[in-house]
Amino acid sequence: MSTITINGQTLTFAPDSTVLETALAHGIDIPRLCYHPALKPSGGCRLCMVEIEGRPNPAPSCGLACQEGLVIRTESDQLTTMRRDILDLFVSEHPMTCATCDKDGACDLQRYANQFGIMETTLGFEPARTLYQDDNPFFVRDHQYCILCGKCVRVCNEVVGMSAIDYAGRGFDSHIATPFDGLMVDSSCVFCGSCVQICPTAALVPKVRIGQGREAEFETKRTICGYCGVGCSLEFKLKDERAIYARGFPEAPVNGEFLCVKGRSGWDFVSSPERLTQPLLRKDVAYALGLASEPWKLPDTSPLKTHGRDNFLPISWEAALEIVATGFARVIGEFGADAIAGLTSARCTNEENYLFQKFMRAGIGTNNVDHCARLCHSSSVTGLGMAFGSGAMTNPIEDIRHADCILITGSNTAESHPVISYEVVRAVNAGANLVVIDPRRTPMVDHASLWLQPAPGTDVYVFLAMAHVIVREGWADQPFVAARTEGFDAFAAGLLEYTPEVAALHSGVPASKIELAARLYALGLRNDAAALVQDPDSFATPATRGNSTILYAMGITQRKNGTELVLCLANLAMMSGQIGRPYTGVNPLRGQSNVQGACDMGGLPDVLPGYQKVTDAEKRRAVARGWGLEDLPPELGLTVVEMMHAAVDGRLRAMYVMGENPMLSDPNLTHVEEGLRALEFLVVQDIFLSESAQLAHVVLPAAASLEKDGTFTNTERRVQLLHPVLPAPGEALPDWVILMQLATKFAEKINGGREEPRSQVRWHYASQSEIMDEAATVTPSYGGMSYARLAGAGLTWPCPTREHPGTPILHREKFTRGLGKFHAVHARHPAEQTDAEYPLILSTGRVLYHYHTGTMTRRSEGLDWREPRGYAEINPVDAASLNLRDGGPVVIHSRRGQVRTQARLSNNVQPGVVFLSFHWKESPANVLTQDFALDPYAKIPEYKVSAVRLENPSKRAK
Amino acid sequence: MSNATSQRKYVYRGDPIIEAPPAELGAILERHLGERDALITALEEVQRHYGYLGQDHLRYVARTLGFPLARVFGVATFYNLFVFDPPGKYQVRVCRGTACHVNHSGAILDHLCDRLSIAVDETTPDGRFTLQTVACMGACSLAPVVVVNEETLGRMTPTAAWEALQALDGDETTVRDASATQNG
Repeated sequence: MSTITINGQTLTFAPDSTVLETALAHGIDIPRLCYHPALKPSGGCRLCMVEIEGRPNPAPSCGLACQEGLVIRTESDQLTTMRRDILDLFVSEHPMTCATCDKDGACDLQRYANQFGIMETTLGFEPARTLYQDDNPFFVRDHQYCILCGKCVRVCNEVVGMSAIDYAGRGFDSHIATPFDGLMVDSSCVFCGSCVQICPTAALVPKVRIGQGREAEFETKRTICGYCGVGCSLEFKLKDERAIYARGFPEAPVNGEFLCVKGRSGWDFVSSPERLTQPLLRKDVAYALGLASEPWKLPDTSPLKTHGRDNFLPISWEAALEIVATGFARVIGEFGADAIAGLTSARCTNEENYLFQKFMRAGIGTNNVDHCARLCHSSSVTGLGMAFGSGAMTNPIEDIRHADCILITGSNTAESHPVISYEVVRAVNAGANLVVIDPRRTPMVDHASLWLQPAPGTDVYVFLAMAHVIVREGWADQPFVAARTEGFDAFAAGLLEYTPEVAALHSGVPASKIELAARLYALGLRNDAAALVQDPDSFATPATRGNSTILYAMGITQRKNGTELVLCLANLAMMSGQIGRPYTGVNPLRGQSNVQGACDMGGLPDVLPGYQKVTDAEKRRAVARGWGLEDLPPELGLTVVEMMHAAVDGRLRAMYVMGENPMLSDPNLTHVEEGLRALEFLVVQDIFLSESAQLAHVVLPAAASLEKDGTFTNTERRVQLLHPVLPAPGEALPDWVILMQLATKFAEKINGGREEPRSQVRWHYASQSEIMDEAATVTPSYGGMSYARLAGAGLTWPCPTREHPGTPILHREKFTRGLGKFHAVHARHPAEQTDAEYPLILSTGRVLYHYHTGTMTRRSEGLDWREPRGYAEINPVDAASLNLRDGGPVVIHSRRGQVRTQARLSNNVQPGVVFLSFHWKESPANVLTQDFALDPYAKIPEYKVSAVRLENPSKRAK
Repeated sequence: MSNATSQRKYVYRGDPIIEAPPAELGAILERHLGERDALITALEEVQRHYGYLGQDHLRYVARTLGFPLARVFGVATFYNLFVFDPPGKYQVRVCRGTACHVNHSGAILDHLCDRLSIAVDETTPDGRFTLQTVACMGACSLAPVVVVNEETLGRMTPTAAWEALQALDGDETTVRDASATQNG
């Protein structure tokens, strides 16, 4: 063990560590202002100087590598004098207005000034920088407090990857600047606030924090972010039970201190005056029940064009639950249990999802339960299930940082999973290769060493050709293939026709790029293997294979052949042996805070909790017995899109929708609206009067994730505890409480009419912790979980027993299904092809500042400020033919409808391709998308490819 | 968050450089594609061609060569040799080297500042004159010298320098042409 001596103590040090890191690891504090553990040392502040025995001058410890036998002193009279002089210099430019400063008590400079007894400068105060920039709702830049430590510049370069700011000018003119000293919003800034988080002084302060008091007055509460599936930990600072601001904290297991703009600044929707605070009854139902005197009829206007607040009367919880329970019981009596369907929610907790599907299966008696995972990663669940036996991320998020080669395809990582993109950026900055395969130039392309741009819908050729090249060049990992997998020969035989040249013809990607991508990925080559990158003709195989990881998302899954595309990626990983080890794997990035958990808990029509097939009689009966029943419905239930078809057909009579908004998220919205209106009884449980809720007969007000406890399972399968930060508004209740009360009431209603008495099914729990305890008994992969064990960093499933430590990396010794299975895949074209009438391809996707159907983000002041409207990205070539103006209006037509939105001319999309964001009800992308071509395995609709044409509505078009 | 900035929502202003760069700029940048250490060289060449670095020039440099725009701006503002406004038609450089200094080039500079009503490194509002200083032109035998565009005027006095500039009224590009016109 290597050791150094610090202040007389002999200390061990980790390889490649610095003296400062070693000192901090052993609890020795060295003053420092420009150091941050996530950043490369810059040695700028000079406070961390230490004395080294045998050397004449002190040196900054942040850049001093540990060497065996080094003898260090961190404290001495000489060092104290030096540090006092440095601090004196800092405060000669930095006003010591601590008494009124918002950073008081949280300022590093103040702390060291206090420690070294610096009250004011001895050099004569002269402010060098006086700019005060208040140009956005997220943070304020007050340059007089800036000490030019450069942490903000470095975090923006090294972690976030946006490089929005840098040092400008020199000498006394030096300052941290956006390009041309312009507005933050005109720079590449993504307002993630990482710079604000690590700024040591009051130069960068969250705007919401200004004037709210001293740090010591705040109470701290921690919970998990309710947006995407990354599962970042948030720390809220509260005063008088009001949330003041949110920040990251270093011990957070997934994200460290770093967050994205939504997590840090997008939570103010919870205090929106539009929150639902009372149960609501639609006026026509109220009239029919004699609760209203005036007859009333639901207007024909689409909920996309109204707010619907006048459709309802407030009622009591007691009355609302009575009406809902009676309504469901009546429909069952008349049409049977399968005439009811439920949509559970990827934004509710595991416990709530467990209870919801239990209510549907054991209470109502149907498998008609699904949720929006159908529309995002159902093809991952089927595809990875077929290949590996388990449909989730195989490796943890932190593995990405250490990968040698990262392949991102069909994922706009920087906008949809920003905190995961930070890991990619850190890997690239450390020398990893990034290969991006995407028809659109996403922000990740800026970091890529190789970008393949296939025409939309043709990426399957690229994947098959990569596999072809790997076989042809002998880059396959033969020992791995032989020992761990089956079906390789048949699969390899099917690849013969998919040469890179054939793929180039179909996809437009040059064959040489496909070959290079195959080589970088299969062999796990780093960017610093420079000779290999610069000479793509040299097909030398290195002695050792590096680690490659695949990240993918909706671009792969939301396709008619989504399952086959997922299989393509699984095949690539298995043939290259890039799975089952740290820093490798096939990683579907999941979109919502608990979409993984909603699937795990059986919120799907074909599986019970823990992905136990409803068609497997033995497992089904075991779950039934766990719930006190003999058996559960054995038939597969309806999927989301099938539910809408069934509602239009009249096969489905009632729906219970918890925290979902199909009226904006599902494909072919005109058809969805028809279906929802056709229902005899629609119950929507939400935090806002969503577009779907406007059509409901009864609306139940729920608590938001910041207002409850429970658990979320993030995209890497980590189950983490939530803690309530704020009280729920008005009479709003957590979903699990509503479900519990409703199920109890419903059981009272239905028991008389049923052959099998169901009173023994448990519907009452004292807490969500009790629900998790029950879920653990019927969900094998959650078998070892309990709230006591989940405290802290949580647990990663599978965790089958109370002693099991969790499983961050899947398929290590063997695949979940035993041997990994290769599936021969053949290229298929998208369902909808362009023609003379609809000559362009439409692709839909997310925007950084918004989330899903915008119910939350559009009610967040800052997020709405930054991106108030929807837009379409159109290539200048296509725009020119219609005289479309950058920023002007455009109408997009498909065979199903039309949408008017703002045109943004952009080279991010190829000619012939249009990109449309889907968050805005004013420009609802899903009016255009089609719902007829579903993936045969996963029943996922093809959101990513629709044929459209553009129209210029402007009078000046000609 | 109720305040002036949050009330006024972000308005999309379009991509200022959606078009491909002008041919000459494109040609300069083409030569440095993929060179990670060519930023300063590229900026020098762009300034040599246009006489200054405009915002769109910097945007094209950043986007084409793959540098963050903030870094391009940072580097450009660090070095004194880069200027960000179009230079005047006549670039007037007063030598402040040792030989010129002892021969009172300071007085020439003061006089020209006074007459043109601008400071060093500024351009007259009519866009005709940009006044600069240089450390040494290597023409010490003619000290003090004033250089107008490429033309060196030796053994200057404050009055003579000002008169030379005054002569540059029309479309002439050099002082000599101007004198010839006046004399003719």
